[in-house]
Amino acid sequence: MKLPDTAPAQKQKWMLAGALVLALCAPAFAALGDNASSVLTDQARMKGTLRQTDKQGYVLHEIAAPTGAKVREYASPSGVIFGVAWEGQFPPNFQELLGPYYQQLQNAIAQQKSAAEASGQAPRRRGPAYVETPGLVLVQTGHMHSFHGQAYIPQLVPTGVQPSDIR
Amino acid sequence: MIVRKIALLLATGSIFVLGACGGSGGGGSNSPTITSVNVSCTPNLVGSGGSAQCSAAVSGTGSFSTAVTWTASAGSISSSGVLTAPAVAGTGTPGGGGTSNVQPIVVDSGPQPQTFGAVNVAYTTVTVCAPGTNNCQNIDHVQVDTGSEGLRLIAGVLDSASVTVTATSTQDMTKSGTASVTATLLPLSSVNECLVFADGYVWGPVGAADISFAGATGETSPSTPVQIIIPSSVAPAVPSSCSSQNPSGGAGNEGGSVMAFGANGILGVGPFQTDCGGYCVQEGMSCGSSNQPCVYYTCSGSTCSGTNVALNQQVFNPVIAFGIDNNGVLIQLPSVPNGGSQNPTGSLIFGISTQSNNKLTLANNLYQIPDTGNNAGDFITTFNGQSYSQSFIDSGSNGLFFLDTSTTGIPTCASPNQPWYCPNTSPDSLTATNQGQNSSGQGVGPAVPVSFTVEDATTLFSTNNTAFSTLAGPNAGAFDWGLSFFYGRNMFTAIDGAIVSGAPNGPFFAY
Repeated sequence: MKLPDTAPAQKQKWMLAGALVLALCAPAFAALGDNASSVLTDQARMKGTLRQTDKQGYVLHEIAAPTGAKVREYASPSGVIFGVAWEGQFPPNFQELLGPYYQQLQNAIAQQKSAAEASGQAPRRRGPAYVETPGLVLVQTGHMHSFHGQAYIPQLVPTGVQPSDIR
Repeated sequence: MIVRKIALLLATGSIFVLGACGGSGGGGSNSPTITSVNVSCTPNLVGSGGSAQCSAAVSGTGSFSTAVTWTASAGSISSSGVLTAPAVAGTGTPGGGGTSNVQPIVVDSGPQPQTFGAVNVAYTTVTVCAPGTNNCQNIDHVQVDTGSEGLRLIAGVLDSASVTVTATSTQDMTKSGTASVTATLLPLSSVNECLVFADGYVWGPVGAADISFAGATGETSPSTPVQIIIPSSVAPAVPSSCSSQNPSGGAGNEGGSVMAFGANGILGVGPFQTDCGGYCVQEGMSCGSSNQPCVYYTCSGSTCSGTNVALNQQVFNPVIAFGIDNNGVLIQLPSVPNGGSQNPTGSLIFGISTQSNNKLTLANNLYQIPDTGNNAGDFITTFNGQSYSQSFIDSGSNGLFFLDTSTTGIPTCASPNQPWYCPNTSPDSLTATNQGQNSSGQGVGPAVPVSFTVEDATTLFSTNNTAFSTLAGPNAGAFDWGLSFFYGRNMFTAIDGAIVSGAPNGPFFAY
């Protein structure tokens, strides 16, 4: 009991330090692809109220901030967030909301832009943001004072759930 | 590693001390010398007659002097490096002086240079003057946008004067350094704004202008807050809390150039009074946390933090400041047939039912929109039996953006036109209904049928046309009735709280 104890205790300390580092570096939101248990972290960060609803084939976690802004996170039966939706006076912080997919999205948009420019015959679209890649779909509509949108990972959407359910 | 760095610092320090001793000793080869003078000024964009603090970093060996003398190619500069920029002369003539409420607009390929021409963007010419002066500029190709509020101008198109600031070493007058400061026509404040659109954002200081028009000579908005959009080469840098509000992050900055923005500026004449409202009056300073973004910032050097801004200091819809025609706008554009038209012209008419030329009639259906909540500015469009309560009219959207392929069955186009619809059978005729709503999301007034047509976007783009009534693309679960929908209609946008004769108070859309 005594001798083996020290090693795990040290290990625990290191794990604690590691967890602390992770917590400091982790995106503020549960974000796409994360485990649904992190929804609570998001609720705390948004200082919001959480409503959890069991739907056909998924669980909907809706967080409402005091400002009225809402974020909805769609979790599969296995507990993975496959889609997020948002609405409010302003767009959300995408870096937090999309987590690791934020960079992927930027790359996709840059590619879309350069392809359009290279063709020399594609006028710029001005209006809702619309990005569709094999690994990520994001749309955001709205105007000054009201924005809403959704993003999802097609591969993670459970069978029987329609992308249009994420709204 | 750290230890070695400290050792290195100590070594450098001792060399410096030794050098200093040698200098004071008066040995010929050890006499103090100046190697370089580097100059920087903050900010590097100032208003007409505004000031910037310049500083010089003098490098040398021995017990050299860091003293410099300052000179500026224009304006004046103090011995401590405070530049007072010159007054900038405007190239334009003031608008106003008449009674017209009609401002011409055109749907053309946009300001040059552009990699490819704009489509479905309505432009007008706006006159801005330094407040209280006849020092003015007429700025063409400003986009007319009913989806935003306030005037925003690309910094690079403003009349300006470039000032070269020089610091010369007093010890060695052959050694000097320079920095460039741009003085611009309009005065600038220390408040900067992050303005986010659905598909991009712009960043830059809030200035002030008397806004008038060469056409609508009866309308003037004096001393109006105006955003000056700056590129990333101009300080202060965009805060990450701003860029992360855009799905494309840093790539979403549209303020880099006229080409990136597609216009010399944007004139927001939407259904709200200001661009932010109560949130920025109260929450501006506690902003920055998740889903509580900052809009207005005060910046000191390169550090910016959120700030509260009173309603009348926010970038507001200039229409609310007009004398009589201040309750909204009417946009008139001619009908555009399938296949499109080239450079059609129309009118931006100020006021609703304030003159004989802007009357709301019984023929116009009215769609009330809530002024608060997450459906602010939105009405209900019903399509195939499904209602979409976050639908709206927006002249700043250059197509009719609705739903997606899985809902409509309309495929998107092949690369590079994926963001547009290319129906299997073109033209594709569709119907929906539009209905106003209150802030609880309940329908207000009748659900009025509306017909619209979608054509193959790739085919449309192969013409030289600039205006398309049938250009459409996918969206989130909503209808964005963009400029495609304006052709051949009288499109009214009434401002929040405005009194309109014979109609409910704004905000509402009518057509």
